[in-house]
Amino acid sequence: MQKTAVGMPPEGTYLLWFGRGMRMIVSLPAFILMSAFVGFAGFARESGIDFVHAVFMTAFIWALPAQVVLIAAIGAGMTIVPTFIAVTLSSVRLMPMVTALMPDLRTEKTRTVTLLFLSHFVAVTAWVMANQYLGQVPRRFRTAFFGGFVVTLTSCNLVVIALVYTFSTGIPPMVLGALFFLTPIYFLTSLWATARDHVVKIAMVAGLVLGPVFYLIAPDFDLLLAGIVGGVVAFLIGRRFPIGERSGGQ
Amino acid sequence: MSYSSIDAGWWPFVYILIAGWFATDFWRYAGVLLGRRLSDTSQAFLFVRAVATALVAAVISRLILFPSGALAETALALRLAAAVIGFAAFLLAGQRIAVGIGVALLVLVGGMFAGL
Repeated sequence: MQKTAVGMPPEGTYLLWFGRGMRMIVSLPAFILMSAFVGFAGFARESGIDFVHAVFMTAFIWALPAQVVLIAAIGAGMTIVPTFIAVTLSSVRLMPMVTALMPDLRTEKTRTVTLLFLSHFVAVTAWVMANQYLGQVPRRFRTAFFGGFVVTLTSCNLVVIALVYTFSTGIPPMVLGALFFLTPIYFLTSLWATARDHVVKIAMVAGLVLGPVFYLIAPDFDLLLAGIVGGVVAFLIGRRFPIGERSGGQ
Repeated sequence: MSYSSIDAGWWPFVYILIAGWFATDFWRYAGVLLGRRLSDTSQAFLFVRAVATALVAAVISRLILFPSGALAETALALRLAAAVIGFAAFLLAGQRIAVGIGVALLVLVGGMFAGL
């Protein structure tokens, strides 16, 4: 592990790894997310959200489910407190995602403020890709690599939204409908693919089934009720019937 | 106070910041601060994650079963079939997200052309 004459570590520099992170924008998950944002932008536009507000909420929230919940709440004329509750409940999942990412991302020297800044960009796509690629990056450059990737990913999707708002009058309804469909299918498959525990998979099935039931019974609290009831049911079933090593596959 | 109840240019931004940004980044920041303390194998971690997953799954169901916009003009049975067949393809292809999305889209678009 000799250093070169100019003091450059053999693995590279922060700038190099930031650039390598940026390069991850050319990847299938990033492309899928951009397609999903085409659908989201169309959804926001059809819901009567101003372009500036759509860009603003994407930059500041950066979580598609939360943004969809927020727009649905705006469309329903909900006041700010129930909206806050609905959005915050859809974003609870970000906490364990961020928590699980920290041991991979940080070194002992990493400042907390750096991690707080980077955590804003953690959403499903960035999280899946971090799990996949972070292990190949020298530990001290992981924050640079992750930062390069996620800042680029967010910026590109802001541009995507701008393009959709500018040109979507020319998009046929059939194409828009197909693009709207990308979002739920993307969530469905990516959530399942990243579920490491069978409790999470049970919770997913419970939520998929209970969501529509509660939507019909109590449309104002459907997500909240499906989340709590589905989560408790999944947690109890998972504890009662642990799968352990016999599950195979992983 | 809803999104459109205050007729001022700054209000939607405040609404989005409070009900959107703060409601979301609160959990991310909490996740960072807990990063050292909460074990990702603990029962509390698993429970929070189960609740969150069920909630997002309910969002998925809502988007497929009760969509708004252009997607609402397609038949419920078509959207459901596209989602189920796409998910089955995703599983059969070794959990490849691209396969699931591609197949679901093919079924949906095919059904649209067939006038469903």
